[in-house]
Amino acid sequence: MSMLIELNNAGLFAGGNWRARHISFAVDAGQIVTLIGPNGAGKSTSVKMALGIEKPTEGVCQRKPNLSVGYVPQKLAIDWTMPMSVERFMRLTNPLSDQEIQQALTDVGVFQHLHHPVTELSGGEFQRVLIARAIARRPELLVLDEPAQGIDVAGEAQIYQLIQQVRDQLNCGVLLISHDLHIVMGQTDTVVCINGHVCCHGSPTSVANNPEYQALFGPEAASQLAVYDHQHDHDHHHDHATCRGHDHA
Amino acid sequence: MTTITITTMPPVGAMIMLDFIWYAALAGIGITLMTGPLGCFIVWRRLSYFGDTLSHGALLGVGLSLFSGLPSQLAVFGVSVLIALLLSQLERSRRLSSDALLGLLSHSALALGVVTIAILGPTNIDLESLLFGDLLLVTQTDLIIIAFTVLLVWALLKWCWNAMVAATLSPELAAAEGQSPRLAQLALTLMIAGVIAVSIKLVGALLITAMLILPAAVARGLAKTPEQMAVMASLVGAFSVILGIAGAWHFDTPTGPSIVLAALTMFIITQVMTARRT
Repeated sequence: MSMLIELNNAGLFAGGNWRARHISFAVDAGQIVTLIGPNGAGKSTSVKMALGIEKPTEGVCQRKPNLSVGYVPQKLAIDWTMPMSVERFMRLTNPLSDQEIQQALTDVGVFQHLHHPVTELSGGEFQRVLIARAIARRPELLVLDEPAQGIDVAGEAQIYQLIQQVRDQLNCGVLLISHDLHIVMGQTDTVVCINGHVCCHGSPTSVANNPEYQALFGPEAASQLAVYDHQHDHDHHHDHATCRGHDHA
Repeated sequence: MTTITITTMPPVGAMIMLDFIWYAALAGIGITLMTGPLGCFIVWRRLSYFGDTLSHGALLGVGLSLFSGLPSQLAVFGVSVLIALLLSQLERSRRLSSDALLGLLSHSALALGVVTIAILGPTNIDLESLLFGDLLLVTQTDLIIIAFTVLLVWALLKWCWNAMVAATLSPELAAAEGQSPRLAQLALTLMIAGVIAVSIKLVGALLITAMLILPAAVARGLAKTPEQMAVMASLVGAFSVILGIAGAWHFDTPTGPSIVLAALTMFIITQVMTARRT
C-alpha cells in the first residue's frame, strides 16, 4: 500500500507544555484511520502536525510529495467582512467546474444554498458545505476533524456513509477525528487512541479490548464497539493493539 | 492650503481643459486601482491600524530621502517594509498587544519623521503637504511611476490572489491544502508598502488609510464575492477621485480631503440604502 502521511514519534511543544507527544501513526491510500481520545488529548494537534500546519518540535512527519489534501477543520469562523458565497467558497483553494460543485453540494444535501452567503448558513449547513468542499477537490487524502459536529442525528449517519463512499470511489486515505465511537468504529480500518500520547492503536475490536481504552472511555464504549465489530466484514488476522510507553504529557 | 489658489469660483466645465487636472485625476485613479483590492485585504484582516502605522512611518522615509538624496518613493518603500518586518518580529516576542505595538510604532515613526525633516530637510519644506498630500502637483514622472507600480501590483495580485484570499479566510485551511499563507502575507505587506510609497506625496500620510478603507467599506455592502468587492472598491475609489477633484475645484477646497469626503458620502449613501433593504 502506498503511504500518504506518517508521523513518527512526533511532538509539539507550545505555550509551555507538550500539546501532544510520542505520536506515531500512518495513513495509506484507501485506508480510514480514526483518532479518538478525550478533549484536549492532542488529536487536532496531531492532525495539524501531519498536515504540516504545525511543525513538530520533535519527531518526524513524512508526507507523500505533492500530496493533495481535502481538509475539514474543527473550527472555521468566516469573518463577515469578507463577502463569500457558497459557490465561491467551494473554489477557495482550487478551480472546480460548476458540475463538480453541484455534485458535491448535492451529495451533502445543501445545493439549494449555492448562491447564499456562507455567513447565513446554520452551523450544520455550513459543516456540510465544508465537507462538500473537501470532497469536491477529489483529494488523495481527506482529513476531517469532527466532521459531524452540529449535524443532526439522521444527517450524521449520512455523512459517514458519504465519507466511506468517497473513499471507495477515489481510493483516497481518510484521517478522521471523532467522538462518535458508535458510528465511526464500524467503518474504520485503524483506530488510534490518543491521550497526550498514543495509548493504543489497531483495529476497532482490538482497541476496544485494550485496558487503556476501557479506562478512558468506560466498559460501555467497549461493548458498543463489539456490537459494531460483528458487521465489520474485513480481515482481522493481524489484530493486536500495540501499547506504547506511558509518559503522559 | 497648498492647492492652487483660485480667486473666483470657476465652473466645473472649465476644469477639463487643464492638464494638471487630468494628471491629478489619472494619478488618483491609478492609486485607487491599487487601494481598491489592497484595501479589501486591510478590511478583511482588520489591518487598518497597520496601514496607519506604515503611512505615518512614510514620513520618516521622506525625511531620510531628503538626507540621503534617494528618490522619496524608494526611501518610503524601504522604511515601510522595515516597519512591517519589525512589527512581525515584535509581535512574535509577545511583550505588548498588537494594537499597543502599532500605536507605539506609528506615532514614534511619525515623530521621528517630523524631527528628521526639521533637522535635515530644507527650511522651505511644507509639512502640511506631506500630511495631506497634493494631487494637483502630480508630474509626468509621478504618473509613470504610478503606472509602473499599478502594473507590478496587479501582476502580483493576479499571481497570488487565490492564495491571499484563502490565507485570509483561514491560514490553516490554506496551509493544509498546499497554499503558502506566509508568502501571501509577505506579498500583501510588500504591496501595501509600495502603494503607500507612491501615493504619500499625492494623498498624504494622514489620508492614505482612508483611501484604503473607505472604498472597500462601500463595496462590502454591495459585493457577494471577494473579487466583486475588490473591483467595486476600485470603481468606488475612482469615482471618489473624480467627484473629489470636481468638488475641490468648484468649492476651492483641498483635493485630498475632498476625495475622502466624496468616498465618505458614498459610504453613507450605501449604508442607508442597505439598511432600508434589510
